[in-house]
Amino acid sequence: MKIDFSQLTELLQELKQNPYKLYPVYTPHTGKILEFLVKEGDAVRGPTGTWLEKPGTPLFVLEREKNPKIIRASHNGIVQDLRLDLVNKFVEAGEQVLTIRHPLSQEEVISEILLSALLIVRAPETARYILSPDLAKKLEKEGLGKVRVKTGDELLIMTFMKRETPITLSQEGQFVIFQLYFKPFELVQSGSPLIGLCPVEDLPNLEKLITRIKEEWS
Amino acid sequence: MMNPVEIHKKLRELLELAEYVRDIKGEDFEGIEELYREIHRTYHNFYELPPEDIDNLSREWEFKLKNILEIAEKTLTPYEIVKIVRHPQRFTLMDILENVYDSFMELGGEGELNIDPAIVCAKALISRRVGDEVYFHQVMVIGHEKGHGEEYRRGGSATPWGNEKALRYMRMAETEGIPIHFFIFTPGAYPIEDYPGAAQQIARNLYYMSKLSVPTISFISEGGSGGAEAIGLTDLRLMAEKGYYSVISPEGAAAIEAKLKDERPPRELVEKMAKALKLTARDNLELGTIDRIIPEPPLGARRKDYEFFKRLKIELIKATDEVVLQTRSLKVLRKYALSKHSEEGFPFYINWELSEDEKEVLLENRRKKYREMTRWAVLESKGIWKSLSEKGVRITQNLAYEVKYQIFKRGQKTFKRFWDELWSESSILLKPVSDPVKSVYNLIVGKKVKPKVRILADLEEDTFTYQSPLALQDRTVTCPQAEKYGCPDLWVPDLYGEFCGVCPSCGYHFPLEYYWYLNNIFDKNSIKFFNEDLSSCNPLNFEGYAEKLKKAREETGLNSALLSFEAKIGGISLIAVMLVADFRQGTVGVAEGEKFIRAIELAMVSRRPFLALVHTTGGIRIHEGTTGVVQMPRCTMAVREYVDSGGLYIVVYDNNSYAGPVASFLGSAPYQFALKSTRLGFAGPRVILETTGQPVPPDYHSVENALKRGHIQGIWDRRELRKKLFFALLTMGGPNLYYR
Repeated sequence: MKIDFSQLTELLQELKQNPYKLYPVYTPHTGKILEFLVKEGDAVRGPTGTWLEKPGTPLFVLEREKNPKIIRASHNGIVQDLRLDLVNKFVEAGEQVLTIRHPLSQEEVISEILLSALLIVRAPETARYILSPDLAKKLEKEGLGKVRVKTGDELLIMTFMKRETPITLSQEGQFVIFQLYFKPFELVQSGSPLIGLCPVEDLPNLEKLITRIKEEWS
Repeated sequence: MMNPVEIHKKLRELLELAEYVRDIKGEDFEGIEELYREIHRTYHNFYELPPEDIDNLSREWEFKLKNILEIAEKTLTPYEIVKIVRHPQRFTLMDILENVYDSFMELGGEGELNIDPAIVCAKALISRRVGDEVYFHQVMVIGHEKGHGEEYRRGGSATPWGNEKALRYMRMAETEGIPIHFFIFTPGAYPIEDYPGAAQQIARNLYYMSKLSVPTISFISEGGSGGAEAIGLTDLRLMAEKGYYSVISPEGAAAIEAKLKDERPPRELVEKMAKALKLTARDNLELGTIDRIIPEPPLGARRKDYEFFKRLKIELIKATDEVVLQTRSLKVLRKYALSKHSEEGFPFYINWELSEDEKEVLLENRRKKYREMTRWAVLESKGIWKSLSEKGVRITQNLAYEVKYQIFKRGQKTFKRFWDELWSESSILLKPVSDPVKSVYNLIVGKKVKPKVRILADLEEDTFTYQSPLALQDRTVTCPQAEKYGCPDLWVPDLYGEFCGVCPSCGYHFPLEYYWYLNNIFDKNSIKFFNEDLSSCNPLNFEGYAEKLKKAREETGLNSALLSFEAKIGGISLIAVMLVADFRQGTVGVAEGEKFIRAIELAMVSRRPFLALVHTTGGIRIHEGTTGVVQMPRCTMAVREYVDSGGLYIVVYDNNSYAGPVASFLGSAPYQFALKSTRLGFAGPRVILETTGQPVPPDYHSVENALKRGHIQGIWDRRELRKKLFFALLTMGGPNLYYR
């Protein structure tokens, strides 16, 4: 298994041309759009606060059966593609009303690139995970991007209600542990990423690519 | 002339006094600022000036300060008293322990190494000189410690575990049979909801203190509402002359009155509130919430006022003597002994240990004391004939119940118990003989042995025709939890009709009007209100409060925030009270307290279960000041009486239930339940943020958390409320409880 660097460069090029993530806002149900509470180009905020207890910026009012409902922003960003023609019109559920353009930061770009470049080990079940003891010791000593693993090595221990199951590496080849996506003993949902692995021979190139992103993206 | 060391010491005292006067009366008062600066300058250049000059100067300053103190004392305002109490130079519990008691041993930790540094518990010895003999009394001392500026004491705000510590040593004193001296120096309880919750712990303390079988004396210097009550239910309440005892701090009251959110209230309003709240010792004595005032020197006693401590010691011994002597039968001796107490010493020694009979008298005296407290403020608007006839009805009723339960039922009960025992004994003896005969007989006749099954009565479904006025709109509403759980919109007639105001997909409870409960929980036409004309009044003559009451009365048609009524659930007769949100946010004042006590007394006399429904309660009504606060111990006392005599007391919370009532007569119920979506606690999130500096999560006061910390016994659904209550009465009732 090798990293396809041409594809990565393409993705990076794409991100560079359009360094945003777009979050379309749809109507949750049918109804009449009474008014918009934002203008084109306005900055909006998603939910904030320690417990996300402060709701996001109000975007528009949707009314059905005399129940005016305020739809709020779920992400930070800039309002674009505002459908001003929909004001006072009846709309179906799932109609795109506006888009929140979320500018990507350096960290977000890197994590995007890494997610498509690395070999990701995902959680097979919703459970708690810890690194296998040998690996944890080595990682503590040498740090990320140095420890090598090969096929058949024990990577993780899945533990759920005191039942422990080891997870081994099934892919062919030699890898370096590049990224950890979980905290020990934290409940991880099934399918979420746990570990990002990089093939040994691709490591210098990947590191170079990341330094380049860091330089170009300030 | 004094030597330089003494002069230096004296100068230092003068400097402290000048600083103190300046802090209390303000910089503009009688040139105190210049005087302070002058002393300060001399104090810091002490070794450069000739001692004779300083000595002369200090004499002059001493004279000046004495004059200033006299003027200051004459012009003292209530807000300045609050400042005196909060000043770091004021005496604290540790000063009392060192100067009033002969020796003491701190329990539960000393200083910072402590269960809770804001609460100090100690076993102490207090001595009494009779002629040439010195007698020692052992007492338990429990109180708040403000400290002289130590941060870890939190200004004397007790945490839930601090109050639990106090309760533990109260029990210990009870085991050992020694009196307890309580010292109240608190701005209020620390409003955090750690196990079992601030409100719940205060309620437990009050509940226990109401029947503590040792003499208890409390001394109030700073009595901040609920925090003060946690160790304040005592036989005799003393108060420092320059102390304050209030339902809320003047700043808090000002913020509420001016409806401020985040800004600081203006100074004038704070001073006005301090006056209006009637929080000084003299006011409280007039209101009848304390028993005696301990005089203090001008502008209040400070750490080194040894004369004051001497006085306090005599007053404490005298107060304990009084409580002890009131339990003894010799009235003449009692009077004589109390009159002979003087500054110099005591005429004779009085043993503070109580016999079993005396303990009973003590508890009865305490009960009477709290039953009568603030009763003068109760307003009953009815003619003399009506009140007389009602009194007659009440007396006949009580007599009938007494005859029924005490004589008839008790006799019946004893006979039944005797019969049951006889029957079970004899059946064991007869079984080996009768069983074979029986089975042979059954075989011949062909009769099958059927086990006997007792079926609990079932609740007949009443068809309710009540329609909530909220349901009369043709529109939909969004569930507040729709974003989290994706609940569909709700059609209002459905929501407030069939769904009982509960979102069917996530179980969120919408608030409902109190009338809904009256019509949907109790059997049809079974509700009979009583004491309806008992109405809230204005005991403090609080400015603007009478108008507010009038408005509330006109809007709701009620006379107070508490409804009391007889009702039935599935045929089971009970007494119920309900705190309603519509009348001043369900806050509790004198009228509500009195109504509660009368209702629970009726439940006790008529041997019926007692139910308290809480539509909403916002705490103690601040406009009624300490007369409102003492409803906490008063009502808790009544609850204890009822529960001890075998009554079943159930509380059901809904919507918002906070502060005083939850920390006393509601929180002391053995069975408390809450409907889902209730918010339950001691202080709201804003008060917690202001006191602790830490924001709390949005679900801090949720029922789920109240259940986790052991405040309530279960979470109920409003749609099943009638059924749940019926089964609670049936299963938790049983033969040992009243209604059977």
